[in-house]
Amino acid sequence: MKGMTIIVKKTAQLIAGMIFMYGIYVIVHGHLTPGGGFAGGVIMAGSLILVILSHGTDFFKLVKEEMGTTIVESVATICVILIAAAGFLFGTKVFFNNFLPKGTVGELVSAGVLPLYNIFVGIEVAASIFIIFLSLIIFKEESPK
Amino acid sequence: MNQLLPLFVVIPLSATFLIMIFGRFFRDFNKYFASCVLLFLVVLSFYSLINLNGGLSLYKVGGWQPVNKIPIGIYMMMDGFNSLIVCIINLVGFLAVFYSISYIKRYTAENYFYALFCLLIGGMNGVVLSGDLFNIFVFLEISVISSYALVAFGVEKNELEASFKYQVLGGLASFLILFGIGFIYWKTKTLNIADIRAAFSNGYDKKYYLFVQLLILSGFGLKAAIIPFHAWLPDAHSSAPSPISAMLSGVFIKAVGIYVIIRLFFNMFVISEEMAILITTLGTLSMVIGVFLAIGQWDIKRLLAYHSISQMGYVVMSVGIGMILVSRGLKPEVASLAITGGIYHLINHAAFKGLLFLNAGAIEYTLGTRNLKEMGGLAKVMPVTSATSFIASMSISGIPPFNGFFSKLIIIIAAVMARFYLLAALAVIVSIITLASFLKFQRYAFYNKPANPERPEVKEVPFPMVFSMIVLSILCLLLSLLVIPSVREAVLAPAVDILTDPLKYSTFILGQ
Repeated sequence: MKGMTIIVKKTAQLIAGMIFMYGIYVIVHGHLTPGGGFAGGVIMAGSLILVILSHGTDFFKLVKEEMGTTIVESVATICVILIAAAGFLFGTKVFFNNFLPKGTVGELVSAGVLPLYNIFVGIEVAASIFIIFLSLIIFKEESPK
Repeated sequence: MNQLLPLFVVIPLSATFLIMIFGRFFRDFNKYFASCVLLFLVVLSFYSLINLNGGLSLYKVGGWQPVNKIPIGIYMMMDGFNSLIVCIINLVGFLAVFYSISYIKRYTAENYFYALFCLLIGGMNGVVLSGDLFNIFVFLEISVISSYALVAFGVEKNELEASFKYQVLGGLASFLILFGIGFIYWKTKTLNIADIRAAFSNGYDKKYYLFVQLLILSGFGLKAAIIPFHAWLPDAHSSAPSPISAMLSGVFIKAVGIYVIIRLFFNMFVISEEMAILITTLGTLSMVIGVFLAIGQWDIKRLLAYHSISQMGYVVMSVGIGMILVSRGLKPEVASLAITGGIYHLINHAAFKGLLFLNAGAIEYTLGTRNLKEMGGLAKVMPVTSATSFIASMSISGIPPFNGFFSKLIIIIAAVMARFYLLAALAVIVSIITLASFLKFQRYAFYNKPANPERPEVKEVPFPMVFSMIVLSILCLLLSLLVIPSVREAVLAPAVDILTDPLKYSTFILGQ
């Protein structure tokens, strides 16, 4: 897959980082403002897709990238399940128990385990949407012309 | 509160992602890990069944207590009925995954196969154990989407076409279900099944209610492949890899289709006579038309898939007769006999249809064909496959002493006692036609002379496949024991009680 002109490349380089940061902002404020893991994850995946679209990469690098992303996705999902299962150990001992102290409403570090869920869901969503994009490109490159 | 309930969903879900990570680095990790996980789930499900002892048990996820007696959290629920279904899911799942250890070697990407398989199991367990309408939908989508991928696992032209057709109709079904759930939520302001029942008991708009019931029935009817909605089933079940066909046909259409229909129409909606008659009619149609579509087939897996439609027709018809009697308030013993017959046949069907698909897979594994005309003479070279498939064929056609005979007998006796003489006669005739088509299968596959005399030497399939087939065929015999009154009282009676006494379910949950 070929890249685009230098103008597009430079603009994408400038913007991609900011989009990624905005994604992180949406994720960590998930328990305070609209948005959260899913929305922020999609924004993060958007910045990664923007870089690949503008710069282009060769096929073998894409396959390698796909493998790494799959592992990141699986690890994030397992983390969500582990946090949920950790509820078995504390307090009322039920699944999905919110076992951390709740803090004051409106502060960044509050609401117990909710921010942790948001962060891992965000990583999961970003990775999986990125994988869908990569698979589509890999499929196109593999299929006969 | 039963602490084990969420494990049925958590364990297969985490197994999926562990396989995705470690399966890449360690060869053969995936197959043994998946088998161990499923074996553990089998033990857990039978332990829960025995521990439950006919009672009910509730789990509040996250520990959210009801406010003013209105349930606000996600509830998981286990009673006499769904504990049986959970046992079937995990047992057939374990045997299918053990069978796959040798079978799936022909395909690439084994990792994805085992991961998707665990996801399918997790989704089905979730659907069956959920006590909340929207969670049923979420878990339904988890299991259905993994089944789309598994049907297309061969990525040849036929598989992709079947999977596409399945996705289009499955998407339509999901849309209808979500639409129905939305309408229910709009009127009752709650999603908990027991709470919805309480809201409906206080009175409802009749036309609106009928519309919602039809939406739900057609949505889950599409998943269960009752006859006007059956178009996707023969393609999807015949082109999937054989262990997956065994799962889809033996368990999947029951767990996400028939089970949910029975649960919602008995325990959520107030049973109305017109819906009961409609369900019985649909069941009878599936029973009769399914078998006529099946008898002309020459592709073994298509033949078996059409028989699934027909056998599910027995279950739906029998439960429908029970529903008609409950709605009229007549003859409660006959109603519970009819429902017993339906549930008993549902369990039996999982054993023999799973076994038949595994047999078909074994034949396909050695000969590489699914066409009955190209087989023949396998009885001598594949003795185990031949013997087990004979047991399964006799079982599905209702020959004593196998399990299919007893469940069909109960269904027919219940139909006669409820004075539905036509339905009883149709059930007998369909059973005879089923016997004819399975004698055709036996003769062409195992007893004729080989169609191709220069066929290379074939031998019996490897141990894991033989093991799964033998266990299921023993199960076909053992399940006959359920007809003995004391065993039936212990196993099937709690399941029937929760359905025939519609208020038991909701009063138990709302009382917690």
